[in-house]
Amino acid sequence: MNGEKTNLFGALVPKSATFTGPVLRVDGLSISVNTESGLKPLVHELSFDLHRGETLAIAGESGSGKSLTSLAIMGLLPPPAVRVTGGSIHFGELELTALGEYALRQIRGNRIAMIFQEPMTSLNPVMKIGTQLSEAICAHEAISFKEARVRALEALKSVRLSEPEKRLNQFPHELSGGMRQRVMIAMAIALKPDILIADEPTTALDVTVQREVLDLLRDLQHEMGTALILITHDMGVVAEMADRVLVMKGGHFVEENDVVSLFANPQQAYTSDLLEAVPSLGDGSGIARAYKPDDDTLVAELEKVVVHFDVRSGVLGRVTHRVHAVENVSLSIRKGEIFSLVGESGCGKSTIAKSMVGLVKHSGRIRINGHDISAPHGKMTNQVRRDVQMVFQDPMASLDPRMRVGELVREPLVIHGVGNPSEQKKQVGYLFERVGLSRDQVERYPHEFSGGQRQRICIARALALNPKLIIADESVSALDVTVQAKVLELLKELVSELGVSFLFISHDMAVVENISDRVGVMYLGQIVEMGNCEQIFGSPRHSYTKKLISAVPTPDPSRERQSLARLVGDIPSAVRPINETVPHVVLNNIGNGHMIATEDSFT
Amino acid sequence: MTNSENIDPAIAATAERGVIAQFARRKLALFGLFLVLLTLGAAIFAPWLTAFDPNEQMFDGLTLQGAPMPPGGPFTLGTDLLGRDLLTRILYGARTSLIIGVAANGLALLIGTIVGVTAGYFRGWIGSALMRLTDLMMAFPALLLAICLAAIFQPSLWIVALVIAIVYWVQTARVLYAETASLSEREFIAAERTIGASHMRILLKHILPHLVPTIIVWGTLGISTTVLLEATLSFLGVGVQPPTPSWGNIIFENQTYFQAAPWLVFFPGLAIVCLALAFNLVGDALREILDPTQRGRD
Repeated sequence: MNGEKTNLFGALVPKSATFTGPVLRVDGLSISVNTESGLKPLVHELSFDLHRGETLAIAGESGSGKSLTSLAIMGLLPPPAVRVTGGSIHFGELELTALGEYALRQIRGNRIAMIFQEPMTSLNPVMKIGTQLSEAICAHEAISFKEARVRALEALKSVRLSEPEKRLNQFPHELSGGMRQRVMIAMAIALKPDILIADEPTTALDVTVQREVLDLLRDLQHEMGTALILITHDMGVVAEMADRVLVMKGGHFVEENDVVSLFANPQQAYTSDLLEAVPSLGDGSGIARAYKPDDDTLVAELEKVVVHFDVRSGVLGRVTHRVHAVENVSLSIRKGEIFSLVGESGCGKSTIAKSMVGLVKHSGRIRINGHDISAPHGKMTNQVRRDVQMVFQDPMASLDPRMRVGELVREPLVIHGVGNPSEQKKQVGYLFERVGLSRDQVERYPHEFSGGQRQRICIARALALNPKLIIADESVSALDVTVQAKVLELLKELVSELGVSFLFISHDMAVVENISDRVGVMYLGQIVEMGNCEQIFGSPRHSYTKKLISAVPTPDPSRERQSLARLVGDIPSAVRPINETVPHVVLNNIGNGHMIATEDSFT
Repeated sequence: MTNSENIDPAIAATAERGVIAQFARRKLALFGLFLVLLTLGAAIFAPWLTAFDPNEQMFDGLTLQGAPMPPGGPFTLGTDLLGRDLLTRILYGARTSLIIGVAANGLALLIGTIVGVTAGYFRGWIGSALMRLTDLMMAFPALLLAICLAAIFQPSLWIVALVIAIVYWVQTARVLYAETASLSEREFIAAERTIGASHMRILLKHILPHLVPTIIVWGTLGISTTVLLEATLSFLGVGVQPPTPSWGNIIFENQTYFQAAPWLVFFPGLAIVCLALAFNLVGDALREILDPTQRGRD
């Protein structure tokens, strides 16, 4: 049963309305949060129009109010504290802010659909995909569950999910992240909405998967003529997807323009700052380096490092499978060098970092500053711990929330018995200033700082013992681009001033290119290509490296969008049955330390 | 960067204020503290607060028909079945209840914390062994165990406290095990290990402080539970031996006459509720004050 709705609001919400003018008109929208000190504005008099078949990107950093705006359109602002305090949202003829919950429910999902950032948390983990999809369809159309299932299958097919019939009977955890996001998209488009709101739809995905999802969204939009609101912090995604861009900052409207003009000629200072801070892929040649790595001193040497995790199953809890997290990785890091490991999630880059600081057991050999830390010949002593420090991805999670930051930075000194308390406090003050914080902030707690400041605190803690090597595991990934640029600048300064080396682990090719001396590309636990920046980004040889580089969205809307050879399927799993071994790739030096794996040894 | 977020001066101000000053701002917490102190005062100064002896069976404590006296008159809260002054017995009973509530419950918390935290942090075979022991204790009927233990040892107040602790640590251990296990997986614990912190340091400085809210909540909840458990044991004759009064055994001695003499159950019951409530109020306030991430939010 298609066409007109027969419910109470049928007259209000016709299924096939023809819109004259914009589909959505937001006029002077203000959103405020109710605090004890009165109403605090979060979004300030925002106005924009959205037309049929158009993609509007709302771009901004965290706290800019971009997500709140989309929640306000959906009528999903968290009650009772946050609410719309002014302005209007017109969806065709309907004024959305005046509608009650029941009427909104008729529109939500049906006429305006939304895709969230984290597909795992937006799907119900105990319901099969097919049931969830059919339920969403049944909620809006008076059709039988059986018919809904047919529609669900069609939707899965339209998002080009492999084996759609099988997917209907699977649970969310059986799918990969990219597949889950496709299911979310299928759910959103199943009812052919007029407006699709995508809130950071690809932020949680790997870059090659992101590419596929973006392509899919674009294709679907062309086919269906849906208006798309794309909320993102990633200017690369904006450039590739948007027709028009709206830039927000701190709840205020900054600038709106069509995408080409905005990138070519930003009118506001903030927009140009934002665009400048975005790391972009070049050919790896144009980065000036004020320091030279010392070729003779190696701060870390890894020889044939292997890390396996056992998977137990069955009644007796026997080891039946093994996760081959790291397979036969050899690399070395020179003094004063930034070495980057890059790869997609699950490729083993973080596991290498953890084995280098003794958090996971490994076999093979790791030497830190000449000391062997691998069993059975060597071990992780406190002396070695002073030489290698780690900075984690999420600064909030890696700082004990119950301790004052000064105490946290002082802790390594206390543990290793460096100096007396007053000397330690002086050193903490120095470290705070060194990383760009002020001395009198030491008495505060981590939650009183912003994300970038917290990461600076983590860096200060890592520096406390004068280490030879700092491992930065996705240390800038959680930060806004303008903050990220400044933290990267700080890391470079530390290398040139203190001669410390960095092992920089990231999934972000553009960041890696902007900071590294040498790069190792990892795939399924092994390094497939290694070399300096010019070699990797200027003349990548391995097909996986090429794929990674071409998948990165370019923050340049005028650039021809090259149609990729569609990537088929997902990365194979690193979990294998116990008696199965992994073929090791062979790295060949093709000159100047550019190592690449022979492709045929790699299947 | 530094100007990207200005710290609210109000937050910084509250962070400086001491625990006592913050406690003093909370009216409910002060009320709770008042009740706790009141009970403590009653327990300590019982002999001076009442003219009667708790165990004296008075002739004029009963009506001519041999029924207990209702509240009012010479006996403020009335008398019990044997003609003893109820107020006096409740005042002296506060001693028993506080000892049980604080000592037994404290001991239970201590055992539970040690077992739960050790098992949750180290896991492996130590963790499995400790948790299987906990499961065993849980599966065993607590009352039966208490009766057995009480029968082996000569019943006295301290033995009762010990028995209650042995029965009651299990829940605390279970809860703290789960919380410690999830805490140990948090990134800041990994960060501590990478800077070379010892197990002892991580446990004491980085895990225990996070468990304080849970321990306080379990501690305050446990007070009412243990007071009642003591009452049950006393009722079964393996707890505090008559004629020593405890709030629990006053209720159980008199429960059959609930309809005829409701005050005999009502007043000691009220005392138990007030004490449990008081500890809960104080505990809640402490939990909020001791958590720095809550500062500046109220």
